[in-house]
Amino acid sequence: MELSTVWFIIIAVLWTGYFVLEGFDFGVGMLLPVLGRGEDDETTEKRRRVMINTIGPVWDGNEVWVLTAGGATFAAFPHWYATMFSAFYLPLLLILVALIVRNLGFDYRGKRDDATWRARWDAAIIVGSAVPALLWGVALTNVVRGLPIDASKEFTGNLFTLLNPVSLLGGLVTVGLFLTHGALFVALKTTGPIREDARGVATRTGVVTAVLAVALLAILGAADGNIGSWVSTVVAAGALVASLAANLRGREGWAFVGTFVTIAMAVTTYFLLLFPNVMPSTLDAAWSLTTANASSTPYTLKIMTWVAVVFTPIVLLYQSWTYWIFRKRIGTQHIPGATRHDHAEPSPATR
Amino acid sequence: MDNLDLARWQFAITTVYHFLFVPVTIGLSALVAWYHSSWVRRRRPDDLRLAKFFGKLFTINFALGLVTGIVQEFQFGMNWSDYSRFVGDIFGAPLAIEALLAFFLESTFLGLWIFGWGRIPEKLHAACMWIVHVGTLLSAYFILSANSFMQNPVGYRLNPVTKRAELTDFGAVLTNKVQLVTFPHVVAAAYLVGGAVVMAVALWHLRRVDVGTDEGMYRRATRLGAVVTLVAGLALAVTGDIQGKIMTDVQPMKMAAAEALYDSSDGNAPFSLLTIGSLDGSEEKFAVTVPGLLSFLATGHFDGSVQGINELKAEYAQKYGTGNPLTADATYTPNIPLSYWSFRLMIGVGMAACLIALAVLWTTRGGRVPRARWWHWVVIATPLLPIFGNSFGWIFTEAGRQPWLVFGVMSTSTGVSPSVSAGEVVTSMVVYTLLYGVLAVIEVKLFLTYLRAGAPPFEDPVVAADQDEDAPLAFAY
Repeated sequence: MELSTVWFIIIAVLWTGYFVLEGFDFGVGMLLPVLGRGEDDETTEKRRRVMINTIGPVWDGNEVWVLTAGGATFAAFPHWYATMFSAFYLPLLLILVALIVRNLGFDYRGKRDDATWRARWDAAIIVGSAVPALLWGVALTNVVRGLPIDASKEFTGNLFTLLNPVSLLGGLVTVGLFLTHGALFVALKTTGPIREDARGVATRTGVVTAVLAVALLAILGAADGNIGSWVSTVVAAGALVASLAANLRGREGWAFVGTFVTIAMAVTTYFLLLFPNVMPSTLDAAWSLTTANASSTPYTLKIMTWVAVVFTPIVLLYQSWTYWIFRKRIGTQHIPGATRHDHAEPSPATR
Repeated sequence: MDNLDLARWQFAITTVYHFLFVPVTIGLSALVAWYHSSWVRRRRPDDLRLAKFFGKLFTINFALGLVTGIVQEFQFGMNWSDYSRFVGDIFGAPLAIEALLAFFLESTFLGLWIFGWGRIPEKLHAACMWIVHVGTLLSAYFILSANSFMQNPVGYRLNPVTKRAELTDFGAVLTNKVQLVTFPHVVAAAYLVGGAVVMAVALWHLRRVDVGTDEGMYRRATRLGAVVTLVAGLALAVTGDIQGKIMTDVQPMKMAAAEALYDSSDGNAPFSLLTIGSLDGSEEKFAVTVPGLLSFLATGHFDGSVQGINELKAEYAQKYGTGNPLTADATYTPNIPLSYWSFRLMIGVGMAACLIALAVLWTTRGGRVPRARWWHWVVIATPLLPIFGNSFGWIFTEAGRQPWLVFGVMSTSTGVSPSVSAGEVVTSMVVYTLLYGVLAVIEVKLFLTYLRAGAPPFEDPVVAADQDEDAPLAFAY
């Protein structure tokens, strides 16, 4: 196999890793106002903290997958990186701003004992999770469908080129998938009423998402499908249905595996639709960026392959270990009370 | 302003801002790790309290360093797509390796450290912060090797067909002689910051009238911070000196600009401590100089000859100005006042931090405490000086490289994204500037709140095995 093909697969794997992992923490963030709501302010606050603590130790590591995907694209396919990142200028700006405020929300919301302060960071977490969940879907759908790219590999459209109905549908599908994935993660990681509620939410979002996702993959497949992409589409759909069934029977672990497989297979479908292009041109097929004409030299690819082969398993190993360490379910009883000096705003008395 | 200026301003703003937090992250992670493992080894309660205290300040700072770093990873493709196309074969590799080797380590193990109280064995827990620190060092190594390629391109060739730079020797890129001295210099600068932060924070508490029984703890922390600052300052001077000589060798224009030396000197070139007047070489109203010092800094000999700006400019125009659009430029000269002043300020504030550290060691000797009112201002200035010293160092090194993106290979004006409109760059610049401004205010307030609160009271850590199933978490967001 050509090394550029190997790197196409590696980048597909990195995006898969990003979406299956950060997907659920985007979902948890978006569901904060839904699942993080109780009969009184105190319960609301405790439920929100339970939710945030299910992803507390891991969301940051999850996010690195997209940085690695970006860096790997730069290293292995400089033209792909250059064309894609300059074409998606404003959406990427929005994504970056969203990630910034969302990350700080997790880190800072508990650092002052002040309801207004927390409410603002909650808003940052909710919007900051929803915006990338939507826009990554829009962006990648645009990549698969093709963009007006000229002979010098430059994007010639504008923001409105990117906001077409099918790509927006792609964005809704990623939002739906991440909501379902996130709800199932909450169900898997919590105890008490929030767990029951999360299962209910997963069923509702899952059904809507299944319809949208099948429509999207059918539209994309009809335009440019191949046997592989149809197989992965069917597996994705099957896994989502199986996940919903497992959830209804209270098998949260299997349900979560189901959405995990669904997202992985959806990303696989996208990359199978894309190959051997990396950014098809809608102006002239000859101007499309392909794994061949967008890639780095074989020497660079060879070095990067060794690095990836040695270090990716190590990363997977210690990331999995983190999930194992923090495997326990969390309930409202585990949330430390107001006397905590670890993050309530320190009072003069503690000096 | 056109796209080029806007993109350059944006890069300057976002990068300088990002690098306010980076040295604190590198330096403070080592000190937090040191206190944590010191507690594990020696069971001195103060060490655990300080590990938690500085660990908290560390995480507040780390959060902002991390989020502003994401922007950097994307910015090359967004604003500098032609640059990315041209050097991606070489430049992309260290960036990707940085993410894979360093970012995963830092984020995963910091998560483990923050949430690990009472959940993982304590030796392993302390090791987590050391691993975070190793992650920050790896990160520095790879990003600096990418930067060093821009200062002194090695291990590549130009492909005449694709018109791109291609990697031929990755080992040469990772062991670039600029890189080998820049890495220790940058790390030493980060330790200087880490030491100064610990020194200043602890000294602030030590000087409180109600410090009470915590006096001993804060005194030791103050003095440890001061020692780290001094040792780092010494390492900075040594590495900076070597760096100056390598710079004179590979980027003589940068050294000439640092000194505003217009005409070549055949020997005994003076170092200007202060020049009043214009820096364009036309008039010099008042100058204090040290004879021979520039020659020494640049060559290691007081009578070494140093090339001046005018001579180099003519040389570059002849060498690069013919035919190749990537290397054509009208000036071949960086902004001289910017280079001149950033170079001096870098050295000046670094030395000031070391002098403060000496004064702190002297005034805290044998149980003393510096009580004079004006020490308050010294305490405030202590961490800021080396942080801004880092900024000046980077402004000098990047501005001094101009007009090149990759020295001698690609000029800055040829690297911007052709498909991005000025409106888009303006939009992102306004957004980043406003957002970063607001975040700076939030961060500083939060940092000061936790700083004032001081080290938390000692609590024996819960052991994972003894924990009740329904007991509250030892740490939760």
